[in-house]
Amino acid sequence: MKQFLILGAGTAGTMLVNRLVKKLDKKEWKITVVEKEENHYYQPGFLFVPLGIYKPTDTYKSSRKYIPSGVEFINSEVDNIDPETNKVTLIKDKEVLHYDYLVIATGSTIRPAETEGLLDGGWRRNIFDFYTLEGSIALGKFLETWKGGRLVVNVAEMPIKCPVAPLEFIFMADWFLTKKGIREKVELVYSTPLPGAFTKPKASAVLGNLLEKKNIKVEADFTISSVESSKNIIHSYDGREVPYDLLVSTPVNMGAPVIERSGIGDDLNFVPTDKFTLQSKNWQNIFVLGDATNIPASKAGAVAHFSVGVALENILAHIKGKEMPGKFDGHANCFIETGYHKASLIDFNYDVEPLPGTYPLPVLGPMRLLGESVLNHWGKLGFRYMYWEILMRGWGVPLPEKMSMVGKKLD
Amino acid sequence: MSDVLSSIKFDSEGYMEDASAWNEKVAEAIAIREGLKLTDRYWVVIKYCRDTFTKTGEAPTLRNITKNTDVQTKELYELFPGGPGKLAAKISGLKKPTGCI
Repeated sequence: MKQFLILGAGTAGTMLVNRLVKKLDKKEWKITVVEKEENHYYQPGFLFVPLGIYKPTDTYKSSRKYIPSGVEFINSEVDNIDPETNKVTLIKDKEVLHYDYLVIATGSTIRPAETEGLLDGGWRRNIFDFYTLEGSIALGKFLETWKGGRLVVNVAEMPIKCPVAPLEFIFMADWFLTKKGIREKVELVYSTPLPGAFTKPKASAVLGNLLEKKNIKVEADFTISSVESSKNIIHSYDGREVPYDLLVSTPVNMGAPVIERSGIGDDLNFVPTDKFTLQSKNWQNIFVLGDATNIPASKAGAVAHFSVGVALENILAHIKGKEMPGKFDGHANCFIETGYHKASLIDFNYDVEPLPGTYPLPVLGPMRLLGESVLNHWGKLGFRYMYWEILMRGWGVPLPEKMSMVGKKLD
Repeated sequence: MSDVLSSIKFDSEGYMEDASAWNEKVAEAIAIREGLKLTDRYWVVIKYCRDTFTKTGEAPTLRNITKNTDVQTKELYELFPGGPGKLAAKISGLKKPTGCI
């Protein structure tokens, strides 16, 4: 029997195994999935927890539930990957697994310890993240009794998972605090290491006015150097100081510790990956999916979704010794919540920036691109059902994998 | 505009359209336009940016630069006031660092 090993049963790993199991000959291949978490988290839901739109229990289900029958599931962290001998060692029982083909889908997580002072006194007291369920719940509890002050959203460093989430949070906070009746007692500040909240010309032109409209101050080119939690100030490398009463932090994002332990990642533990084929740059029998890669696409479920078909096609061709046909275009799309039951929708790839126009979604659509609409908001909320019942089951979705120019306006 | 830059195409914000048209003379001329005179310390950063771009097709992040050269973040900000990511990319003939929107 040949062994196909998948590390990680998050968005990318789960989608892949559900589609792979239908394609590989069961008499020839054994498929094993290793996942460290008991639960599979619907990570886009974390954004809605602090604002009371989702309950914590809305954001996870059992990891095993989405692993198809006939596939071995091991609940363990991975200790080491050795691509030279095709072996993976698990933490649990120090078990050693051999593989013929390996898929690394070990994701990325926040690393607050990378920023000086971020974990000191204020962490989970008046400093929170919304990239973990615990962080989202703690932030929600804080907001319940908050009387107002200076709310600073900070992005520590790019790349981050779901790059628009910090902006969505501040847009939704404006709405949430207005509803709560304390908006006039709150100053909203968005601090980012990028040259602005919007950096692409078309998105800036269409959405740029939202910041002014919602009275959100932007602190651009702000690379955080440290947090002084005794004084409630964040410092930047160029000597700026931004005071806060509530700091909502997006800490540095890094790939899984096992990538570092195994010495197969870059400076941020992301695995060097061919951006078109999704094959490892160093080993032919290794493919990398989702947030674990270093490809210059957004770290987002949509990218995992649009790339998984390409990767599967390439894996199957490679197994047969054929040329790999799949070429990923960097396609991503996502809803951007803007508050007041509205959202924007963006659709883009490696080469085409988000453009205005319409997105020809079957049944529900067409949806409005870049501009805000109520339908987009319901699309975002309805997506949770689609995630669990369609995407994670490995069923087809009537969305083209490659980005299409249909409906998009260039001028 | 200096002679060195007269044949180079720039976008509306002064970033080079074609990274392959870059050379050291071009870097010096862009730096002058930005009010900077390139010293050895600048060249450590610029060479690293160019090497990374040649290898990966992307500009390095600030973390890449500080991990793989002896130039640390504070010095980067002193060398490139107002934003090392943007200025180092501009002088190295690379695209402006952007987010997805």
